[in-house]
Amino acid sequence: MKHLIICVTLALSTHTLADTIIVQSTTSTQNSGLYDYLLPMAEEATGVKVNIVAVGTGQAIKNAMRCDGDVLLVHSKPDEEAFVAEGFGEKRYDLMYNDFVIIGPESDPADVASAPDVVEALQRIQQTGAKFASRGDDSGTHKKELALWREAGIDPEGGSGRWYLETGSGMGATLNTGVSLGAYILSDRATWISFANKQDATIVYEGNPALFNQYGVTPVSVDKCPTVNRQAAQAFTQWLVSVAGQSAIAAYQLNGKQLFFPNANQTKPDN
Amino acid sequence: MPDSLLPIRIRNLRLIKGDRAVLDGVNLTIEELGITVIMGSNGAGKTLLLRCLHGLIEPDQGQITLGNLTVADSRDQQAMVFQHPVLLRRTVLQNLAFAVPDIAKADPQQLLAALDSVHLADRANQPARMLSGGEQQRLALARALLSKPALLLLDEATASLDPASVLLIESLVKAQSKRGTKVILISHDQGQGRRLADEVVFMSGGQVAEQSPADQFFTEPRTPVAEAYLAGKILF
Amino acid sequence: MNALAEALRLIVTLDADLFEILWLSIRVSLIALAISAVISLPLGTWLAITRFPGRKVVILVLNALMGMPPVVVGLMVYLLLSRSGPLGWMGLLYTPTAMIIAQVVLITPIIAALSHQVIENLHQEYRDTFYSMGVTGRRAIVAYLVDARFALTTCILAGFGRAIAEVGAVIIVGGNIDHLTRVMTTAIALETSKGNLTLALALGAVLLTLSLLVNALVIGVREYAAKRQYA
Repeated sequence: MKHLIICVTLALSTHTLADTIIVQSTTSTQNSGLYDYLLPMAEEATGVKVNIVAVGTGQAIKNAMRCDGDVLLVHSKPDEEAFVAEGFGEKRYDLMYNDFVIIGPESDPADVASAPDVVEALQRIQQTGAKFASRGDDSGTHKKELALWREAGIDPEGGSGRWYLETGSGMGATLNTGVSLGAYILSDRATWISFANKQDATIVYEGNPALFNQYGVTPVSVDKCPTVNRQAAQAFTQWLVSVAGQSAIAAYQLNGKQLFFPNANQTKPDN
Repeated sequence: MPDSLLPIRIRNLRLIKGDRAVLDGVNLTIEELGITVIMGSNGAGKTLLLRCLHGLIEPDQGQITLGNLTVADSRDQQAMVFQHPVLLRRTVLQNLAFAVPDIAKADPQQLLAALDSVHLADRANQPARMLSGGEQQRLALARALLSKPALLLLDEATASLDPASVLLIESLVKAQSKRGTKVILISHDQGQGRRLADEVVFMSGGQVAEQSPADQFFTEPRTPVAEAYLAGKILF
Repeated sequence: MNALAEALRLIVTLDADLFEILWLSIRVSLIALAISAVISLPLGTWLAITRFPGRKVVILVLNALMGMPPVVVGLMVYLLLSRSGPLGWMGLLYTPTAMIIAQVVLITPIIAALSHQVIENLHQEYRDTFYSMGVTGRRAIVAYLVDARFALTTCILAGFGRAIAEVGAVIIVGGNIDHLTRVMTTAIALETSKGNLTLALALGAVLLTLSLLVNALVIGVREYAAKRQYA
C-alpha cells in the first residue's frame, strides 16, 4: 500500500519540487483574478512556483498553524499579529489595501445610502427589519463585520435566522445567497467587482474610513514548521513588497477598475 | 483408483429440522461396488442422506465412515451431480478447466475428450449457461467424472431431461461404475432403477425401510411400504 | 440554454483549461477506483462467503460508512496528511495523491457493501457446487469475482460516480490549486462562488456528459453479458 502511494505520488505530484510553495490565502485575492495575473510575474522574477489554497482568513491561519503552508496572505491584522507573536510567522508585512462596501438591492429599503456613517447604516438595516447576509465563517470579512456591529451597539446574533442570515460560506457563496434574498451584505470591493451574478444588487454604501481593508503577507516560521521552504517563501514575500511587486499589484485592473492598492513600507492609519 | 471408500457405513443418523426428525436413525451399510439406487417418496429423506454423505449437511447425531475415512477426509474422492446443475458464467470448456485445474494445465486434451464423451465437443467455446437443460446436465456429469471420483453421487440428475440425454447419462454412469467408481443415485424413475441398479435402498419416513438386490426389489419387495410405492399407491 | 452553449463552446474549442481539469478529474477518480476495487471487491466477496463471529457487525459498519459525508472524510484525511498530522512527513497534502486517498476512503465502503450484496446472491447459487468441488478460500474469492464480473461493473460504476462527482473531500485535501489539484467539481464550486453561474453550469454539463458516456458503456457491457447468460 505504501509503495502504491509513493508510486502514485511520483506519477502525479509536482508539489515536492524544491522551488514550490503553498500560500494559505483569503478568497478575495483569488476570486478577483489577482493571482492569475500576479503569479506568472512572481514566478518569472523569483523562480518560485506558487500554489494557492484559497479559504477564509480564519481557516487559512489555522491551516498555516498546522504547517500546511509556507506563506500566509490574509486580511485580519490583529490575527496576523497574534500569529507572528505566537511564533508561527516570521514577520508580517503590510501588502496592499482596498475597502469593504455594503451591497444591497437597488431599491435600498433601509435607505442605507444616505446614512452619515457606517454605524448608522447598520442601525438602519436592523431597525427596518431588512435582511443581512453574513459570512459567519470566521473569515477576515466576517471579523470586520462583527467589529462594525459592535461599534453600532447591536448584537445581530439575536436576529440569527430571522433577519441576520449567517451562511457559513465564502464571500462568493454569501453574495449569491444575499443577492437572491434581497439582503444587505458586507463584501470586500475586489470580490464584488469581479462577482458575475450581481442581478439587481449594487453598492449602497462605501467610502467610509471605517471600511478600510488591509491585506498582509507573512512567511511561516521555519522554527515552528521545519518543513517550510523558507528560501522560496522569503523570495516570494520579498518580491510582493518590492517595487516590482507593488507596481504589478497597482497595475491590476478588472472592468477598468483598480482592485488593490499597494502599501508595503508605508504607514497607514490603523482602524 | 485411490483407496476404496467401501464399505460405507452409516450408523444411527439423525437430522432434526424444527421439531421433526427428517432423518430418524438411518442405518445403512454399502459393501459392494456397482450402482446403488435410493428410492422412496418425496420427504423420505433421500436427498438429505446423500447430502450428509457428501458433507453438505452436518447431521445432529450418528456416524458415517467410508472405508477408514470420515466424510471430510473422503471429500476429495467424491463427486456429486445435483438435480439442477450449477454452471459457471463461462464457456463450456472453461467450466471443465475450473473443476480440474491441474488436468487443464497438464493435459488439456483430456478436457476435450470428456466433452466428446458427453457429445458437447462442438460446443466447447460457447457460454455454458446457453446450453439446454440436458446439455447442461451432461456437462455437469463430465465435470464430475473428470475428477476421477471413487464415489459418484447423483441426486435425481436426470429428472425432467429429454430421453436422449437421460440415456446418454445412464450409459456414462454405467461405464464409470464398471471402471470401479461406486455410484449412489437417487431416482423416482422405476424404469431407470431397473436399467441401472445393482441394489436398491428404499427409504421411508427418514429411515431405511429396505435394502435389497435390484432383481429382488422390483419383483418381490420385502416390505409392504415398498410394494405400495412400486404400485403407485403411496401418497404423502 | 446559455450554459449548454457555453459547454459546447468549451468542448469544441478544446479549451485547454477545461481539458486539464477534466483529465485530472478522470485520472484521480480512476486511480482511486482502481485502488479501491483491489481492496473492496475481495473484501465484499470474503464477507459474503465466510462466516465468522462479528461478521454482521462488520457489514453493518460498512453499510453505515456508505453514507459518510465526503466533508468528514476530507477532514479526516486532512488531519492525517497535514504537516502536523501522523503522515505529514510524506508531504502529500494539497496533491492529487491526497485527493486519491480521500476518494479511496470514500468509495471503498460503497463498492465493498454493494459487491457483498452481489456476491451473496451468487453464493446462494454456487455454494453447494463449490463445496462439492472443494473450491475454497482464495480460489473461491477469485472465482466469484470472475463470475460476477458483469454485475460488479454496476458496483464499480456507483463508486466512480461518487468519486468523480464529489467535492467536499477533495477541496479540503486538494486545496483546489489551479493547475495542480483543481478538478471539475472544485472548479464548479469556485466558479459558483465567483458568480459565474453560466460557466459553472457549463462545467456541470460537461461532467454530466462524461457520466452519461460511462453509464452507456456499462449498459452496453451488461447487455452483452445478458445475451450470453453471463449476468
